[in-house]
Amino acid sequence: MLADKDRIFTNLYGREDWRLPAAKKRGCWNGTGDFLGLGPDWIVDQIKASGLRGRGGAGFPTGLKWSFMPKEVGKRPHYLVVNADESEPGTCKDRDMMRHDPHLLLEGCLIASFAMKAHVAYIYLRGEYVFERERLQAAVDEAYAAGLIGKNACGSGWDFDVFVHHGAGAYICGEETALLESLEGKKGQPRLKPPFPANAGLYGCPTTVNNVESIAVTGTILRRGAEWFSSFGRPGNVGTKVYCISGHVNKPCNVEETMSIPLKELIETHAGGVRGGWENLKAVIPGGSSVPCLPRDVCDTVLMDFDALKEHKSGLGTAGVIVMDQSTDMVQAITRLAYFYKHESCGQCTPCREGTGWMWRVLTRMCEGKAQMSEIDLLLDVSQQIEGHTICALGDAAAWPVQGLIRHFRHEIEDKINRYRVGKSIHQVAAE
Amino acid sequence: MSSRHLAKEQPENFKFSAAGEKQVKYWLKKYPKTKQRSAVIPMLWIAQKDNGGWLPEAAMRVIGDRLDMAYIRVLEVATFYTMFNLRPVGKHLIQVCGTTPCMLRGSGDLIKICQSRIGSAGKVSDDGLFSWMEVECLGACVNAPMVQISNKDGDHYYEDLDENSMNDLLDELASGKAPLPGPRVDRITSAPIGENLTLLDPSLFDGSKAKKLKTIPNAPAKSKPKPTKKKAATKKEVVKKTATKKGAK
Repeated sequence: MLADKDRIFTNLYGREDWRLPAAKKRGCWNGTGDFLGLGPDWIVDQIKASGLRGRGGAGFPTGLKWSFMPKEVGKRPHYLVVNADESEPGTCKDRDMMRHDPHLLLEGCLIASFAMKAHVAYIYLRGEYVFERERLQAAVDEAYAAGLIGKNACGSGWDFDVFVHHGAGAYICGEETALLESLEGKKGQPRLKPPFPANAGLYGCPTTVNNVESIAVTGTILRRGAEWFSSFGRPGNVGTKVYCISGHVNKPCNVEETMSIPLKELIETHAGGVRGGWENLKAVIPGGSSVPCLPRDVCDTVLMDFDALKEHKSGLGTAGVIVMDQSTDMVQAITRLAYFYKHESCGQCTPCREGTGWMWRVLTRMCEGKAQMSEIDLLLDVSQQIEGHTICALGDAAAWPVQGLIRHFRHEIEDKINRYRVGKSIHQVAAE
Repeated sequence: MSSRHLAKEQPENFKFSAAGEKQVKYWLKKYPKTKQRSAVIPMLWIAQKDNGGWLPEAAMRVIGDRLDMAYIRVLEVATFYTMFNLRPVGKHLIQVCGTTPCMLRGSGDLIKICQSRIGSAGKVSDDGLFSWMEVECLGACVNAPMVQISNKDGDHYYEDLDENSMNDLLDELASGKAPLPGPRVDRITSAPIGENLTLLDPSLFDGSKAKKLKTIPNAPAKSKPKPTKKKAATKKEVVKKTATKKGAK
């Protein structure tokens, strides 16, 4: 188990005070001005050396992303945009960081913005997080009053403003270019890339969009050193990570652990084990609803990191671990996710707009067994037609859970179809 | 995609309340002068709050005029984002999260309670007190199942519910109380129920982490002495700043 002294989010549960004096006592804002004194290049190099990979789902190296920003500020200002539109089913880590450790995020915003020569950062929260938004705004006000941000932030000579913005209930705004569209006051429909946001992002200016967790850990990485951070986990998958363990476990919770922790250890140590014991486990969705599920035999040994889960055709995503025991109707569980993606598709690309609805309707029939056996392969085929044929990754995210279902639990769909047919003549079934 | 339409019966006019107007001005300051339409979502949200929880077409026109946006652009935004209620809602709007993590832990039971006590989704109860809807993941999955309740007191999360606590919650609201948000079982926010294994080390909280860093890890050798001077300067400057601010007040 990760030792308490190595935890970054020391107030993850809000047992302590979130305000500035208490946050400072826990080490936040300690030495921030000194880090800035060492220059933007030093900061980017440290983040690169730490091996931090983006915590929002895609796992792109954060330091590298920062280095894509233009080296000098031209006519257009630079922006940092923090993606706090946490909407991936199974994920609720950013919420805790913002309501209980908001100063870690603000410190990270200053460091990241300074490294990318941005004077302004916008934090885009999902609309539903009203309490978290008010809490974060209060923390911003505190930081301004203490001179930590604002003019000459932390005495560095760098002027820096943070603005808290919010959305209004659209999952798609978690996609970075959709988020920028939304922040500009439009519908959240993703943009074609290129141009990438580092060239033309918010208001057409160079912009970097980072997840809350990626930004909030940077202060502690600089304080403790890049080697400290990279000493956890396997090469290429280093650091600590906040996991969200939900579903059929005895004690659902958020917890910070090392990367590459075995899934079984994570569930048994922190979440009180699977309801009814490990033997009662049926499947786990390891990284938020967008990644394919894993059957129990894989869960026995798999490690929680980007590469290990990729080997099993799944992904770490946001590390939202959804646990399902033997009582779960897998077809129904995935059908509900299919409905989610149908509901959240922005409607821009035809394969996604039409495909998500089509998949949901077929799966709904399959829940009752009212389908042909051949439709299972048809469903798989359609899901592959959606995957990779859309502007953003929502199409992929909608297709993968369905593919995971068919890969590992095809027999459950077949059982349902068979059971529905029992005692009915072919004509009866065909007539439906 | 979700298909959403405006209510048939619409009020003719809309005006921001005094408090709403103050908030609008506050939000407009956050964006560059030439990019004021960024405020459209916050303004629609304020308008919805001012109008008893739903968004009339007249408000969209007012906002369009204020931000110099074509009405259709505001309408587009209002119909795209599902937190904008385009028809009247009850005094308490119950939003039950129904996505898989909540479904696995019994959101179906909560939905049944809403159906039997309030009626079908989207309809306002006869007394005007309640309406309910199923929403997609609200981002509190380790506290499933949960609901968000929007009313004049705000938009609060009620977590770790079951049939009993959901019924109690509705009773409390019906009797005019303001129930305390958060988990409805014995736990602190997203921490595990019962014994905790993490964040127990007292040295995390005793101030030892706030001591000045002796060295900055990986700092280039030359600039090592620099930060100490800078740090001192920082402190003084901060003190001066706060002093002048106080003086000004």
